[in-house]
Amino acid sequence: MTPAKHNDIAINGDGAVALAWKQINPDVCAAYPITPQTIIVEKFAEYVANGEVDSEYVCVESEHSALTLCTTSCSAGARTFTATASQGLAYMWEMLPITSSMRVPLIMAVANRAVSGPININNDHSDAMAARDTGWLSLFSENVQEAYDLSIIAPRIAEHHEVQLPCLVNLDGFILTHAIERMSPLEDDVVKRFVGEFKPLYPLLDVDNPVSHNLMDGPLYYFPHKYQTVLAMDKALEVAKQVLAEFKSISGREYKVVEEYRCDDAEIVAVVLGSAFGTMKEAVDRLRDEGVKAGVMMPRLFRPWPIADIAKALKGKKQVMVMDRHMVPGAYGAMYAEVAATLVEEGGDIPMMHNYIYGLGGADTMVSDFMAAYKDVIEGRAKRVNYLGVDE
Amino acid sequence: MDTEICWHGRGGQGVVTANEILAEAAIYAGKYVKAFPEFGPERMGAPIRAFARISHKPIRVHTQVYEPDIVVVIDPSLVGRVDVAKGVKEGGNILVNYPGTSEELKKAIGTSIECHAIDATKISMEELGRPMVNTAMLGALLKVNPIITFEELKENMVSKFEGKLSEEMIAKNITALERAYKEVR
Repeated sequence: MTPAKHNDIAINGDGAVALAWKQINPDVCAAYPITPQTIIVEKFAEYVANGEVDSEYVCVESEHSALTLCTTSCSAGARTFTATASQGLAYMWEMLPITSSMRVPLIMAVANRAVSGPININNDHSDAMAARDTGWLSLFSENVQEAYDLSIIAPRIAEHHEVQLPCLVNLDGFILTHAIERMSPLEDDVVKRFVGEFKPLYPLLDVDNPVSHNLMDGPLYYFPHKYQTVLAMDKALEVAKQVLAEFKSISGREYKVVEEYRCDDAEIVAVVLGSAFGTMKEAVDRLRDEGVKAGVMMPRLFRPWPIADIAKALKGKKQVMVMDRHMVPGAYGAMYAEVAATLVEEGGDIPMMHNYIYGLGGADTMVSDFMAAYKDVIEGRAKRVNYLGVDE
Repeated sequence: MDTEICWHGRGGQGVVTANEILAEAAIYAGKYVKAFPEFGPERMGAPIRAFARISHKPIRVHTQVYEPDIVVVIDPSLVGRVDVAKGVKEGGNILVNYPGTSEELKKAIGTSIECHAIDATKISMEELGRPMVNTAMLGALLKVNPIITFEELKENMVSKFEGKLSEEMIAKNITALERAYKEVR
């Protein structure tokens, strides 16, 4: 490495996630490679092979097996990480609600990629959105730094004894996974101290206190047991806020469950997830220069959905545009529906609402595209649901 | 001041590596960078692009580069086949691995934008013994637009190649880098 004038490093998003995992040194990692996630597990396998971590690395023959193995290994009492994308997450789907109902605090990085078909390897959020109702916590990152930081933050939220839920750490495929950015890593011992030791609740391998996991539940127990994940999600919001505050104290980097940019005096606010949050900040600044009172926000914590924080950020706005990087044929984008429900619940004067579907399958949405969307909404040209960049 | 770069080349010519070397060198020199290749299936010989955004402040825009300050074309056969002058900012530059003069290059592209020719194929054949022009193109790029110092780039290139290339090959690449830096027109 070139002698640095600072302690920052040049790294891509996948490498940053692998570096966080290396510093955390989980007990077990099992994954099946899939673009654009592959670099994460390749890099981590290299750390294992070089003895830089003492994790057990298991090569599996599919994503379904990866998640099954990781779920059982974590419930046995081992801190366990995995990663996937797109079809891989789709193939895991059958296991997703089992992992959460078993209350396993497993961490999974998702290099967000379009779900086929048509076959496509590029970025959108259709994989994460298809997993949104399966009882997993879900965090979104705007850049490589955040993908790294959230990888360190996630286990603290997931493993909290009053949460005990698995967590998705989302980073945009290629846009972040394969892009080199400047990043400030934390010292190994700082990460180790922050994440701490894994203290599993009722692990299967605690032979002195034998337990059984994931048994059959009849009608009498299924619903009440399922309801416990609702309580865990409620608790996760509070825990997330505590953990983010604690992370600031070790890193100097401040994160919120809902990130706001120039929303305070904004008349129109966009809600967006992932790397487009950064691009939209630029659009907001240029619109502000033109005298347009625009703002943008990102629910960093997508699950649990931070209802009160979102309602507060959007209170009193004239117009709200929800940017969904996935498509729901025949209905609204998923986040639009959730923002709308939040505003209805809040009551009072509900802002005029519009939904934009954008950037599917790697379609690149430029600053000028976002600016045009704001203007279309303000000037009354926008429809309820708009497909940005598609000749409708 | 932000600098946006767009590379053109063909799969297998080292465009992505050159972009990475520049990105890493700029980061270690204290700049903020976003550098990435055009995403898609990689095919040897097919036209590809790579992008870099370099700034003194953190970078927020994650899109491809549409209005580059500088375009670098590492394969002369792309001139006339790909619109390499597309979107170049006013006052921007086009740098091409091209055997002719800068005036001839300008005519071949059909542009009024300032063009710089460097015969990187000749340099790499003479120095490396094969037409691997990406390191030479980096040298020429720094002369056209001194985003970082020549020394900063050289240091990072050496560290990038250490363990991957022989010491002899690294030295030859440095010579190609230096020659292109001096010879670009």
